[in-house]
Amino acid sequence: MHNPSRRQWLTAAGIGIAGTAAYVVGDRVAARAGLVPPDNVGFYGAGQTLTYAAQRLLTRNSMAREFKPEQISRKPFANPVAPLGDNYKRLASGGFVDWRLTVDGMVSRPMSFSLSDIRKFPESRQITHLACEEGWSYIAQWIGVPLFHILQAAGMSSSASHIVYRSFQPDWWESIDMADALHPQTLVSYGMNGGSLPIAFGGPLRLRVPRQLGYKSIKYLVHLTATDNIKSIGNGLGSFEPDSGYSWYAGI
Amino acid sequence: MADSVFGPASSAAISVPAVHPRHSALIRLTHWLTVVAFFALLVSGVEVLLSHPRFYWGESGSVNDSPLFILPVPASRASVPTSYNYKLPDQNGWSRSLHFQSAWLFVATGLLYFSYGIFAAHFRRKLFPAREDLSWRALSVTLRQHLRRPSADHHSLWSYNLLQQLTYLSVVFVLVPLVIWTGLAMSPAVMSVFPLVVSALGGQQSARTIHFFVSILLLAFVLVHVVMIGLTGFRSRMRAMTLGNPASTDAVENTHA
Repeated sequence: MHNPSRRQWLTAAGIGIAGTAAYVVGDRVAARAGLVPPDNVGFYGAGQTLTYAAQRLLTRNSMAREFKPEQISRKPFANPVAPLGDNYKRLASGGFVDWRLTVDGMVSRPMSFSLSDIRKFPESRQITHLACEEGWSYIAQWIGVPLFHILQAAGMSSSASHIVYRSFQPDWWESIDMADALHPQTLVSYGMNGGSLPIAFGGPLRLRVPRQLGYKSIKYLVHLTATDNIKSIGNGLGSFEPDSGYSWYAGI
Repeated sequence: MADSVFGPASSAAISVPAVHPRHSALIRLTHWLTVVAFFALLVSGVEVLLSHPRFYWGESGSVNDSPLFILPVPASRASVPTSYNYKLPDQNGWSRSLHFQSAWLFVATGLLYFSYGIFAAHFRRKLFPAREDLSWRALSVTLRQHLRRPSADHHSLWSYNLLQQLTYLSVVFVLVPLVIWTGLAMSPAVMSVFPLVVSALGGQQSARTIHFFVSILLLAFVLVHVVMIGLTGFRSRMRAMTLGNPASTDAVENTHA
């Protein structure tokens, strides 16, 4: 057998120490630069952080691809959701005039918007790709208001780091960092393919986050909260998804 | 790193290797890290695939679109029509996390191997065929030998033949880059920075379909690789890829003990 020499042991030890030091320093730098996701815990924490940090460094200002009208999927697929319940049905039968989007947390003017309030903001339209983590996808036109207009109107503090958003459906909540929250393509969406947003696709309001997978675009949006301490919300993992093993960050 | 002089045809070479192992420490390390990463990618990839065992061509596709083909397996989601009247348990959450974590290991190991291949001239010395070996005749001779009886002699233990060289080269330089590329081409964030990554392939669903076929080819390579190890001497080859050398009885080894 070939026994490792003293020099080889020293080299191996050197690599080990350098690697550990690089890890510790890298971890500190990443935390300071906002490159550590809230679900940086457990066995998959390393992978979650590597993916989020690498993609965030690349994508801070990148734009999701937009498509031509003729590329819109003729029959987009609406993933089934749990039954919406009587309260939702009552709102729907009233044409959603009583639907409210509440904005609170680190804002100087906590607000509550009706659908017609939201339509007064400058409208934005995008034809983008929605990919589900399951593997299927569709292309659709989304009509709505860039989220940053609403956050601006409520006077969001510049020290907020995340926007937590909730569905009308209990326990369906998500959050995004400021790179996505202030991104011009992140829409509070009330329309789809030229019409109003169908119930199956999240009507009357859906948060559309086109640079991440479909599960970040939650349906039946009712609540936005600005926070600088995402770990203090709910399970501390940034959304309900990590409870079932999914990544908080879904750029891949 | 000093170049060893033993060549495939030299009988004297057999005594030299204890100084220069058959597989260097870095090759052995990256080999086994790749085994771990590939196995994790395979298991998690199959799990993710089961949530939608349908394939499309172009930018988009769902159960409302006509597929390119459907795998005849049950699905883990009720919304996917299959010919089975049951659905498998949904394991997508941890599968996706495992897939991307092992992808990082796979890519990091690959980069280490690749730099070694270039800077330590591993590619040039071990994998690039000698000019005189590169002919259809040489290839057909090797191929026929392989099909008749895989070689288990000393010569084959100490070098790669033409068929092995071409196979390893296509895995390292074609299949692995392609599987990484098509994987990245499915990421909405990566697409937003490098749209060409996906448009060059014809769309996100095309990338997914190609990713599937390249993975099948990689799996086929692994299966043949393992069968060949079995047929040509499991013990000596495992020894070579773990301890460094195929046999423990080489005289030269004693000088090192």
